[in-house]
Amino acid sequence: MIMPKASTGFQSNSWMIVETQSVRFDSLALDCGVVLSPVDVAYETYGELNRNKSNAVLIAHAFSGDAHAAGISKEDGRPGWWDNMIGPGRAFDTEKYFVICSNVLGGCRGTTGPSSVNPVTGRPYAMTFPMITISDMVRLQKKLIDHLGIPRLLAVAGGSMGGMQVLEWAVRYPDSLCAAFPIATTARHSAQQIAFNEVGRQAIMADPDWQGGNYYGGKLPARGLSVARMVGHITYMSDQSMKEKFGRRFRSKEGESFHFNDVFEVESYLRYRGSQFVDRFDANSYLYITKAMDIFDLAQGYGTLAAALERAKCRFLVISFTSDWLYPTYQSLEIVSALRSRNRDVAYCELSSNYGHDAFLVEVGEQAELVRGFLAATYREVA
Amino acid sequence: MQALAQSLIAHRLVKQVLGREDYAIISELVEPGSLVLDLGCGDGELLEWLVNNKRVRARGVEISRDLVQKAIARGVSVYQGDINQGLADYPDHTFDYVILSQTLQQTQRPLQVLREMLRVGKRIIVAFPNFGHWRVRWSHLVSGRAPKTALFPHNWYDSPNIHFLTVEDFEILCAEQRWKIERRYYLAGNRRVRFLPNLLAEVAVYLIRST
Repeated sequence: MIMPKASTGFQSNSWMIVETQSVRFDSLALDCGVVLSPVDVAYETYGELNRNKSNAVLIAHAFSGDAHAAGISKEDGRPGWWDNMIGPGRAFDTEKYFVICSNVLGGCRGTTGPSSVNPVTGRPYAMTFPMITISDMVRLQKKLIDHLGIPRLLAVAGGSMGGMQVLEWAVRYPDSLCAAFPIATTARHSAQQIAFNEVGRQAIMADPDWQGGNYYGGKLPARGLSVARMVGHITYMSDQSMKEKFGRRFRSKEGESFHFNDVFEVESYLRYRGSQFVDRFDANSYLYITKAMDIFDLAQGYGTLAAALERAKCRFLVISFTSDWLYPTYQSLEIVSALRSRNRDVAYCELSSNYGHDAFLVEVGEQAELVRGFLAATYREVA
Repeated sequence: MQALAQSLIAHRLVKQVLGREDYAIISELVEPGSLVLDLGCGDGELLEWLVNNKRVRARGVEISRDLVQKAIARGVSVYQGDINQGLADYPDHTFDYVILSQTLQQTQRPLQVLREMLRVGKRIIVAFPNFGHWRVRWSHLVSGRAPKTALFPHNWYDSPNIHFLTVEDFEILCAEQRWKIERRYYLAGNRRVRFLPNLLAEVAVYLIRST
């Protein structure tokens, strides 16, 4: 990472040029019984680890995210996916904290996944990649944190699937974090959430170019993956935000004539986002990661959610958003209620937003203030 | 003696910092290092003060989203929800203290709230404005209307206060319920009232032990 020593206060992160790094581990024993070997992890770090190693914050990314959470990518000039939350003077203040983000296991952005080459065959794993879980992802993150020499994280934070990893961290490694920030997330998927993921998976598998997953080096299952992403985007927005963004606006004057081209703005937008996604995301990763989300159930093995969360020792800040119908508030309240029933330290707020599930990524003003204050208070306690 | 001096210093500090006498008393009553739940904790200023100065482990419940946001931004663990909902999840005798400051008269079911507080808390601290204060009585007598005073400043139609009670009312309730009152404080402005509290106290603060 190249980060000029600078200046204080809030500013654009545009001068923070970052480079994704990589580390290879010999092996990772997966929940399914398979031992994956070797395993590469792509990660980025921002800020500096302090002398007593007490200021490290791990950011867990959502389904389609990657290790590039903040700053400007040296590789392609893109800003990080949570650049508005991480940086100098931001909620995760890189002048104060050492922030780490890694690509999840099963991903396609540098960490080992179905598009990686299987050393045994010399060909991409494709559908021979073993089934993975949220817990596998977290155990791999723990290896990275150990590798970086951090005995205890100040916090683990993330939204959506990132929030599932946060919960898993708190239960699996209770002594390894001081604060957990599960945002717009759930302890287990509902039938509705599984259903949307299944539509995405079926869209991919119905594309003849998918070829049973063996499309590497050939034509990508672009249509299937693109439709999957279109469905995803609908679930990330709200009725209100779509109304504001697109309404019933036509793309052009002749839009009123009846045909099946992209007549409406919203159609055009979804097609654009779908096709854009194909360029940066692997269809098989889509299958494996959404399955891992669907299978995730924090209570599994403990009987109840409360029994699982009783293991946690850290403070929690749980945040949900009013218009998020993909990860609705009641799911956050289940987590909060379970924590309270075991007298765990938990703060909870439902923030007001029209942006639906996307709120944790795009409307970050109020979320940032909560995270900033809660994190600072936790840091004061441990420092 | 030293403890008393310390408590007096703390007392003055709280008053200066927070400007509310019942807060000062609450901070006197709360043992350092204890686990405290503040119901209707507002923006968390009392809890933050107790954390910083008495090293308590603090939890709060507040219904207003704006205030919850302010409290969490202070770093205090506050839950957005109503008081009843806020208590139901907790096991019995979880907290050393459960605080209800100036909110009892605003609850739908005050008796139920007090019983729940006594269930989850080992001790409870209740502060409420005294509807028996002579100014309230005077206002009502002279105007013939719903009383309006500095302590009860609202019009009848937009008052958050829905259950008015006096010092005497509260004493009777505690006796009926056989609740053990450990300490009582009566206040008018920033002064302690030691005489005719039902007539002269503007605010009453009670420490009650759960049995």
